Amino acid sequence: MRETALRGKIWVLLDKTGKLIEDIDTDQIFHNAHLHITDISEMGPYAFGNLEGWKDFSTKCGEGDIVVAGRNFGAGSSRQQAVDCLIALKVGAVIAPSFSAIYFRNAVNSGFPVLRIINLEAMVTSGKLKTGDLVEMDVKSGQGTNLAQKLPLRAEPMSAVQVEIYMAGNVFEYGKILDTKF
Amino acid sequence: MGKTIIEKIIQAHSRDEAAPGKIVWMDLDIRSARDFGGPNVVKHYDQEYGDAPLADKSKTFFTFDLCAPACTLKYADNQQACRDFARKHGVEVFDVDKGIGSHVLMEEGLARPGGTVVGTDSHMNILGAVGCLGQGMGDVDITFAFKTGKTWFEVPQTVKVVLRGMHSPYADPKDLTLYLCKEMGTQSLALRAAEFYGPAATSLDFAGRITLCSMITEMAGIIGFVSAEEVPAVLMPAELSDEQFSLFQADPDASYADVIEINVEGLPPQVAVPFSPNNVRPVAEVRGTRIDSGFIGSCTNGRTEDLVRAADVLNGKKVKKGVMLKCVPATRRVYQELLERGILEILFRSGAIVLNPGCGGCAEGHAGLTGKGEVQISTGNRNFSGKQGKGKTYLASPAVVAASCIRGEIVAPEEF
Ligand code: SF4
Repeated sequence: MRETALRGKIWVLLDKTGKLIEDIDTDQIFHNAHLHITDISEMGPYAFGNLEGWKDFSTKCGEGDIVVAGRNFGAGSSRQQAVDCLIALKVGAVIAPSFSAIYFRNAVNSGFPVLRIINLEAMVTSGKLKTGDLVEMDVKSGQGTNLAQKLPLRAEPMSAVQVEIYMAGNVFEYGKILDTKF
Repeated sequence: MGKTIIEKIIQAHSRDEAAPGKIVWMDLDIRSARDFGGPNVVKHYDQEYGDAPLADKSKTFFTFDLCAPACTLKYADNQQACRDFARKHGVEVFDVDKGIGSHVLMEEGLARPGGTVVGTDSHMNILGAVGCLGQGMGDVDITFAFKTGKTWFEVPQTVKVVLRGMHSPYADPKDLTLYLCKEMGTQSLALRAAEFYGPAATSLDFAGRITLCSMITEMAGIIGFVSAEEVPAVLMPAELSDEQFSLFQADPDASYADVIEINVEGLPPQVAVPFSPNNVRPVAEVRGTRIDSGFIGSCTNGRTEDLVRAADVLNGKKVKKGVMLKCVPATRRVYQELLERGILEILFRSGAIVLNPGCGGCAEGHAGLTGKGEVQISTGNRNFSGKQGKGKTYLASPAVVAASCIRGEIVAPEEF
């Protein structure tokens, strides 16, 4: 059984004007100049390597940290590396109001938690979720606490499907145990 | 509460409640891979599942359409890797002679009204034309589908698009579709399914529905369906009965995320100018733009009806000297129809080149690319920079492409 509890620091991806960055595309997450890299363990240093203001993310991020971004996260190409580079850094989860369809599928298939908070923008604007806040959350239920501010943190719960694939590890592993499920 | 068309199709293939926003497990009637993506599916499958059997080989297919026959070593290798896997697992291959995979699946009666189909083709949602839930997916998803016959799917919201009025007699389904790309851009349908209503949509024949549904991808939508009730059976491919087609209509009390009304009364022919399919203007505004080449085909406009419309314009006339016109039927069946109806001869006598069925002319495939500085007018669905080579591509209907190739510049078909 995989752990569903997570404890880590928040990284809110803001632009220069202090606004939550929307439409972060896969080239900003993992630039196409590095597509020749196929070994996951080598992908970490390139995470957000092309996102203005966040190019040094990989040197700052700690294990289990949680990335917070604006709507339509993962737009653009279908490259799996845009998920894998975050897994390589041991990022705990990405939280956004919405994800591109392909990015969402790739992440779920890899057993990487992508969670939605619809009113995320308002939380960030009002300072209820800030970079550096230490939070605890259960990726399955979406329930958590912002320990730094002593505030509850609520993401949409994972769907049953997401949980099943997450627990199995990834979609291929899930495929192997599927016969016993259906 | 009532359900929209997509909700009904999903519900018929899932034990989970098919409500918008919910992620459900969905049974797949058909899963396929093409000569792009297919080799990765083969690789993943070998790595993850080895010799373990597919969920159902009779529901699993390879379709080779991107480069048919292969004109690069990479595609030749890719196709052969898929053929070897197919032989080992007893899977049928629609090989390089057959045509565009999504069209072949419709013609073979494999993509059926109310059915569910996935493949490694971002335009698989074209199957909405026959009321089938088609979705393009990545190689990991398709590998899983090969193994299990299932996929997980987030039930999208549905938008109702109501077309008011009727386009001009000189305009055709492509003009209508381009106009919708312009009006809706990539926001209105983003991550949503669409249902089209109004006589301009419901009177579309099979080929016209294909044209409309093929470009939902360019509008960032999940899939589009045309209201089912008014489709005359004769317009459907022979294998599909109208009885099945009428299975899935939206419930009267279905709930929609949005209702969009678009007036198309008297709509004239349209052109998408470089470099976006949503950058659309009336032909009149770009009339006189010099062109070097034309292409008629692709999953959007490669049906018999499309090539007949082009032949009507080209009949007895000549493609202008120095202009190259390439025609690529969508499938071998279309090719045969064109042959039997004498259309190929009209195209040939006009000076057009006719190539083997498939995606050639749209992707980087077997019908060549545009060179630096070349201006092309195409019936394809995408004109992004670099998509068909280094040149500039305008998107238009078969009639506009044919007329423009005779004149050597962009011109409206009503001038012929
Ligand atoms: S014709 Fe073009 S858009 Fe259509 S399936 Fe082939 S490559 Fe894709």
